[in-house]
Amino acid sequence: MNLPFLTPLESEALRLSIWVSGWAVLGSLPLGVLTAWLLARRPFPGKVIVDGMIHLPLVLPPVVTGYLLLILFGRRGPIGGWLYDVLGITIAFNWKGAALAAAVMSFPLMVRAVRLSIEGVDQGLEAAARTLGAGPLRVFFTITLPLVIPGILTGVILAFARSLGEFGATITFVSNIPGETQTLPLALYTLTQVPDGEAGAMRLCIVAIVVAMVALVASEVTAKRVEKLTRG
Amino acid sequence: MLKINVKKQQGRFLVDASFTVDDTGVTAVFGPSGAGKTSIINMVAGLARPDEGYIVVNGRTVFDAARGIHLPPEQRGFGYVFQDGRLFPHLSVRSNLTYGMKLVQAAKRTIGFDDIVDLLGISHLLKRRVPNLSGGEKQRVAIGRALLTSPSLLLMDEPLASLDAARKAEVLPFIERLSSELSIPIMYVSHSLNEIVNLADTLVLLDSGKVSSVGRVEDIMNDNEFSILKRKGGNGSALLAEVENSFLPDRPKRLPRFC
Repeated sequence: MNLPFLTPLESEALRLSIWVSGWAVLGSLPLGVLTAWLLARRPFPGKVIVDGMIHLPLVLPPVVTGYLLLILFGRRGPIGGWLYDVLGITIAFNWKGAALAAAVMSFPLMVRAVRLSIEGVDQGLEAAARTLGAGPLRVFFTITLPLVIPGILTGVILAFARSLGEFGATITFVSNIPGETQTLPLALYTLTQVPDGEAGAMRLCIVAIVVAMVALVASEVTAKRVEKLTRG
Repeated sequence: MLKINVKKQQGRFLVDASFTVDDTGVTAVFGPSGAGKTSIINMVAGLARPDEGYIVVNGRTVFDAARGIHLPPEQRGFGYVFQDGRLFPHLSVRSNLTYGMKLVQAAKRTIGFDDIVDLLGISHLLKRRVPNLSGGEKQRVAIGRALLTSPSLLLMDEPLASLDAARKAEVLPFIERLSSELSIPIMYVSHSLNEIVNLADTLVLLDSGKVSSVGRVEDIMNDNEFSILKRKGGNGSALLAEVENSFLPDRPKRLPRFC
C-alpha cells in the first residue's frame, strides 16, 4: 500500500519502521513494567548487576549490541538455534530481529521511566490496600498500576521514539534488506550511499521529522489527559 | 481479649510492649511522640513484623514468632485508619469506600454501606474525587472505608492529628458514635489527652517503647502516675470535666442493625 506523497520505497520504510517499533514496544512492555517494579520495590541479590545489564545497551556502541544479538540469536546461536529447532522461528535477518534489536536498545529507557514512576507511588497507599483485604497482586493491579500509567506512557513514548531511530544494532544484527529490515533510518543511510540519492534522503529526513513531531504532540496530549484522570 | 506481646528492634530503638485488654470498647494507646505507638499498631495490622512475641485478637492468633505464624495484613480482617487518610487518589469516594467491602463475601458483611454513609455523614460526597475533599471529609471517608470491610478490630493511628481544631471537632463525634453504636472494638493511638478522655475505655500508657501502665481510664487518671502522664502529654488540664454528656444531645437514632 502506498501512502500519499510518498514513493513506494519511502512508504515501505515508514510502514516497516512503525511496525517494527510498535512490536518492539508492545513486546517489551510487560517485561519492562515487571523489571521496573522489581528494581523499585524488591531487594534481591545481584540487583546492581541486573540494573547494569539492563542499562548496558544505553552506553555500549550499538554495533556491539547488534553483534551480540547476532551471536546469541543467529540461527546457529544458542538462543536462535533453540528457537529455530523447537519453535521453528527465525529471528535473524527479518523484521522480528529488527524488532528485537529495537526492543533491547529501547528497554533501558522504558524501565527507567516506569521505575521512577513506581518509586513515586506512596507505599502507604499500597499498605492501606493490604489492610483492606487486597493481596499483593491485586494491590499491584488496582493501586500501583493505575497510578503509574503516566510513567508507563512516558516510557512507551521514549521507547517508541528510540526504536524508530534505531540504526547500529539493527544493521549489524539483521542487515539492510528492503521490505524486510530496511527501516526508515536504514533506507536513509542507503540513499546517502548512492549517487543522486540526496533528494530522496532529504525527503526521508522530512518524513522522519514529521513522524517524530506527531508522536511527541500525541504523547503530550495523552499524558495530560491521563494525568487528569488519575490525579483528579 | 486483645493479647499483645511484641518485641522489635528498630535501629537503636527497642519496642518491647506487652499488655492484655478486653476487646470491647475503645482501647487507647497513649504516649509521647516517639514512644513506639505507631510501631505497635503496625505490628497488630501486619504491616510490620515483630522480632519476637505474639498477637492474639479475640482468641485468634495473627502473629506468633515461636510457632512461625505471621498472617499478612489482608488476612487479618482488621480495619486501619491512618493518620494521613491514605485515600486512593485515582478512585472516587464511592470506589474508595467499596474497595475493601467488595473483597468481603456478601454473607460476611456485618456493616451496611448506607448505614455507614449515614453514620459518617458522607452521602453528599460519594461522587466526588478524592483530591477535592477537605481534611475532615477525607478522614471520615477513610474511617468508612475501613469499617466497610466489617473488621473484627478497628485500628486508628492518630486519625485526628493532621486536622486543625475545627476539623477535629467535626470528626471526633463520629468516632465517638462508632464505639457506642457499632460493636467493633477499637484500638486508638494518640498523643492527645483530650481525644483519649473523650473516647477511651481502657488506657495503655506507653513510654520509650515500653508499657508503663494499663487500666481503666478513670483508674489511671486518678492514679499518681497521671501526673507523669499529664506532664508528658501536654494539654491535660481540662480533661475530666466534660466527658459524660458532651455528644449526647446530637446523638442520632441508633441504627437498628447494630443493636
